[in-house]
Amino acid sequence: MLQLLAPDGTYGVPKGYEKYGKLIEDLDEDTLKTFYRDMARIRRFDIEAIALQRQGQLGLWVPAIGQEGAQIGSGYAVGKNDHMFPSYREHGVALTHGVELMSILKMMRGVNHGGWNPEETRFHLYAIVLATQVLHAVGYAMGVKLDGKVGTGNPEEDLAVISYMGDGATAEGDVSESLLFAAVNESPIVFFIQNNQWAISAHIDSQTKAPLYTRGEGFGVPGMRIDGNDVLACYAATKLHMDQARAGQGPFLLEALTYRIGAHTTSDDPSKYREDAEVEQWKAKDPIVRFETFLRRQGVGDDFFDEVTAAGDQLAKEIREQTFALQNPPMENIFNHVYSDQHPEIDKQRAWLEAYEAQMGDHE
Amino acid sequence: MSNYKEMPIAKALNAGLSQAMSANDKVLMFGEDVAELGGVFRVTEGLLDEFGEKRIFNTPIAESGIVGTAIGLAMRGYRPVVEIQFDGFVFPAFNQITTQLARLTYRSEGFLEMPVVIRIPYGGGIGAVEHHSESPEAYFAHTPGLRIVTPSNPNDAYWMMQQAIECPDPVIMLEPKRRYWQKGPVNLDTPPLPLHSARLMREGTQVTLIAYGPMVTAALQAAEIGAEEGVSIEVIDIRSLSPIDYPTIIASVKKTSRAVIVHEAPTNVSISSEIAARISNEAFYNLEAPVIRVGGFDTPYPPAKLEEIYLPDADRILEAVDRSLAY
Repeated sequence: MLQLLAPDGTYGVPKGYEKYGKLIEDLDEDTLKTFYRDMARIRRFDIEAIALQRQGQLGLWVPAIGQEGAQIGSGYAVGKNDHMFPSYREHGVALTHGVELMSILKMMRGVNHGGWNPEETRFHLYAIVLATQVLHAVGYAMGVKLDGKVGTGNPEEDLAVISYMGDGATAEGDVSESLLFAAVNESPIVFFIQNNQWAISAHIDSQTKAPLYTRGEGFGVPGMRIDGNDVLACYAATKLHMDQARAGQGPFLLEALTYRIGAHTTSDDPSKYREDAEVEQWKAKDPIVRFETFLRRQGVGDDFFDEVTAAGDQLAKEIREQTFALQNPPMENIFNHVYSDQHPEIDKQRAWLEAYEAQMGDHE
Repeated sequence: MSNYKEMPIAKALNAGLSQAMSANDKVLMFGEDVAELGGVFRVTEGLLDEFGEKRIFNTPIAESGIVGTAIGLAMRGYRPVVEIQFDGFVFPAFNQITTQLARLTYRSEGFLEMPVVIRIPYGGGIGAVEHHSESPEAYFAHTPGLRIVTPSNPNDAYWMMQQAIECPDPVIMLEPKRRYWQKGPVNLDTPPLPLHSARLMREGTQVTLIAYGPMVTAALQAAEIGAEEGVSIEVIDIRSLSPIDYPTIIASVKKTSRAVIVHEAPTNVSISSEIAARISNEAFYNLEAPVIRVGGFDTPYPPAKLEEIYLPDADRILEAVDRSLAY
């Protein structure tokens, strides 16, 4: 397993992993501070979103607490032309590529089913049916290859694709088909598995017999395991393998070993299926705490951490206000965009509902 | 004067694909055995030589993978046409078709278009083993976001293939496999109708026969026999199963006052269920008889040695016409 930052905050490059360590040495202090700032920001956002759900403002929330290292590290390693295909817990990755956090809250409130522009952000829509997005990512990567945007050596032109999935999703047939299609096509793609140990209530031991980083081998997709709570390892591994994919070296699989500190969703009760002691054990490996220790040893002082805390509180205040101010979608959104082209049945039903609502008058 | 050419449905589909691939280099064709072999029914024969392996290629035998990657390619700006080898093999792709392909335009509030065509040879009558003779159209017609069409003759096959590929929405093209080698004239210059319009195939006054795909031939045979026996039967090929061109159907039923609907699929919760409901809504006072349906039985598709009995034919259709006229 590639780990550059131990849980106690000690930095060191294991033998044989020097090319990964080199990528960290290239980072300046501002970039490292950005990693920390965004990990802290997304955790604060997550905590606020749970509160908003508890207050009835959101239909559901999907916490990612504990997985900030995997998400911020890999997200910042994704290049400016690359495309990301998330599952539904990648709020941190979204943050690193300019997706409005309110768009995610709107979706979880039930204002829409997605609503950000996947072409503009290169961060595709959340996929709720497990593993469906992985095949879309492979198809997209096949298209990139057809376009000749792989291995040209021109960083303005080349791009690769990263597909996120959880440990639970790896059981789906679509993941196996994705690995196979990507392998035979030699597609420019990295499969990024966040193994957070729990597929709702099912422990990873009941989901696979072989370690997940070996899952691609039989298909011809090499893989490696990284410490998913080590933002630097996640950054370096994603950067290196996305660079290789972009250069035309074909698909690669990363298993980021992490832990879901919170519930699967706000509808879940982890106390029914796991011990508090296990959670405590993983809290000791927290990605944010360990990175703070590292930064402080690098000479980053209280001023910076105080500023980050204040910014988090400000963010929480803003998203509360913006959530309370969200309007319900207009009635016509039931019918809009079912088809791109005109459709007589949809038009007829829309007209009927409009007439019906007009006749019934104001519900309030 | 238009330029006509005589060809079978399979060749017309091939010619339509070739036209679409020439017209737009974003059109791709892929699936199982579609490249060198030209597909098990040879619908894609010759396209590899014409367009090369970047435009038409074989995939692993994994239908979810075929449709799932087609979605990704559409997101990248391509217009994928995929072949599902047989009707009974589409179900591994059911999830990608119904939860993803059909909904991505809606989910993205219009940011994404999904111009994907799924070609499926469908229906029975070829003496095949199990899972090679299915009529799965109702599953897909029930799914918002999809368009479903089925040509019954070479001219429609040629033009509907091109129209489906031009459509910005996902289209399932159900190809009547037992009619693949049925020949007819193709007008190479002018498309006959918009993609989702029904066609009045034969005028009549006493009863309207509504059919699609492989059953259009059987309906026309029934009308011919009926005429010899002094019964005037109107035949409509609805061509599009989602959306259905109801104005054409309702106008005909208002004229004849009787309707018989024919398809191979089991009748329970089928295309004919929906058409019958719509006729009762929109032509209730014009009806002289209840709408009668002729279809497959509510059983799995039987072994090949029983399919001749199972499948509707001109006799079964005429028996239904007689029942309608008896009211």
